[in-house]
Amino acid sequence: MPQDWLLGSAEALAAQVPDGAKIAVPHDTLGVPMETTRALIRRGVRDLHVVCVPIAGLQVDQLIGAGCVGTLETSAITFGEHGTPHRFHDALKRGAIRLLDATCPAIHAALEAGRKDIPFTPLRGVLGSDLVRHRADWKTIDNPFAENDPILLLPAIRPDFAVFHAPFADRDGNVFIGRRRELATMTQASIKGALVTVEEVRDVDLLASEETAAGTLPAIYVAHAAIARRGAWPCGLWDLYSTDEAHFRRYGELARTAEGFARYLDEFVHIKRQAAE
Amino acid sequence: MSVSRQELLIFTVARLLEDCRSVAVGASSPIPGAGALLARHWLAAKTPSRRLFLTILGSSRLNAMTSGGVELFDMAAQGRIDAFFLGGGQIDGHGSLNLVGTGHYPATDVRWPGSFGSAYLYHLVPKVILFREEHSRRVLVPKVDFISAAGPRDDGVYRPGGPIGLLTNLCWFAFDRSRHRFRLETIHPGHSLEDVRDNTGFDFDVAATITETPLPDAATLATIRGPIARQIADAYPRFVKQVFPDAA
Repeated sequence: MPQDWLLGSAEALAAQVPDGAKIAVPHDTLGVPMETTRALIRRGVRDLHVVCVPIAGLQVDQLIGAGCVGTLETSAITFGEHGTPHRFHDALKRGAIRLLDATCPAIHAALEAGRKDIPFTPLRGVLGSDLVRHRADWKTIDNPFAENDPILLLPAIRPDFAVFHAPFADRDGNVFIGRRRELATMTQASIKGALVTVEEVRDVDLLASEETAAGTLPAIYVAHAAIARRGAWPCGLWDLYSTDEAHFRRYGELARTAEGFARYLDEFVHIKRQAAE
Repeated sequence: MSVSRQELLIFTVARLLEDCRSVAVGASSPIPGAGALLARHWLAAKTPSRRLFLTILGSSRLNAMTSGGVELFDMAAQGRIDAFFLGGGQIDGHGSLNLVGTGHYPATDVRWPGSFGSAYLYHLVPKVILFREEHSRRVLVPKVDFISAAGPRDDGVYRPGGPIGLLTNLCWFAFDRSRHRFRLETIHPGHSLEDVRDNTGFDFDVAATITETPLPDAATLATIRGPIARQIADAYPRFVKQVFPDAA
């Protein structure tokens, strides 16, 4: 079967993302597409609207530092135990990005509305939070089915693409996502589907067995895939490899300043282009 | 026998969870996680037929959810999470939490990670335990600069959940949901009411009798230092290396 879904590299994957695109990206334990992120930075993409599902870390700090992000929609930016997102903080101070602060269940709920292509969804809680005050796109209504029950409404989120990294795809382009179901939700909500890097393509059929089918994102949702070995590095991937703590420390030292971050990009991101020149 | 600050907090968290059936612990919370494991250990010893369902975010072994990140929030709405922990860079006297930053939003002077699930879980989980080790006037403020999650108020909003109290390095405050105020209940050994007053930026009530926060006995300490430390290492290896080097 021709593998038309399989592109030759993360560069080719990144080339699918136009300036101004809205992309959904996963949090750190899901499979962070760092190789694609580096390719996006090399390509010089601009004005991305990044939706973090429901939070993010290094990937977004680097995209912001490289000037790729116009709007950031997230419930948190954190490196956990691995340092401080200095480029994110710097961009906020300079007013360089538009920030849409959210709360985790709001992003999940808005993506679930997105995958049904309904315009909005209600969500419990949240009222009284300053998040509501700063989100002009969120509205409070009276529950039309009850009395005295104010409730928050969120507009659906429909990204152009979901971008993530996974352990493997099968020969037909079905992608194994295990129990990480939010990867399916964010992909199905996306208008054009997933741009996914995988560690490998296996000559198997994930849909043939009940056990693997339950943890599979079917190929119909996958716009394109590419093989990127250790494609989440320096983030970890599931139980396959862990976070490169030494690299995070190095990043933390350099990304403290714009100049240091530029040196980081020269050393770890623009290397491929230099090699080609 | 000396009891460390962390051991006292783990023991206190476990006591607060004693009647719980289902507990979830969020990101960056090794002490609440260890406390929940101790509560689970007690329940298994006392009532083997009942299990405490425990989810520690960030752990793959201590996590029984299979529907993705949304499942925790759906379970909370279904009433299937009895207790959860929240903290914040600022906590005010009315129980509002700030996880966003200080100063003028969005160009805040200090930016913290963000609100995570606090704005939602604070309304829906019946027993929210506020946990913040640092007990100082910069954390415990009269009014938060940004409300990530609003403290209980009479606003007619559906709110089956809310805070039961605040545990810090100095003391345990209960939260009175009708008065919307904290009430000092117990002070940890070695600290005084004056210490608590000096380091608290908000007004609080004081219980008619303030007692000393109970310390774990020798058997409980051995459990914390052995099996509990080893179990929490799955999610927090660095914490265990630092605080329980013998178990690491």
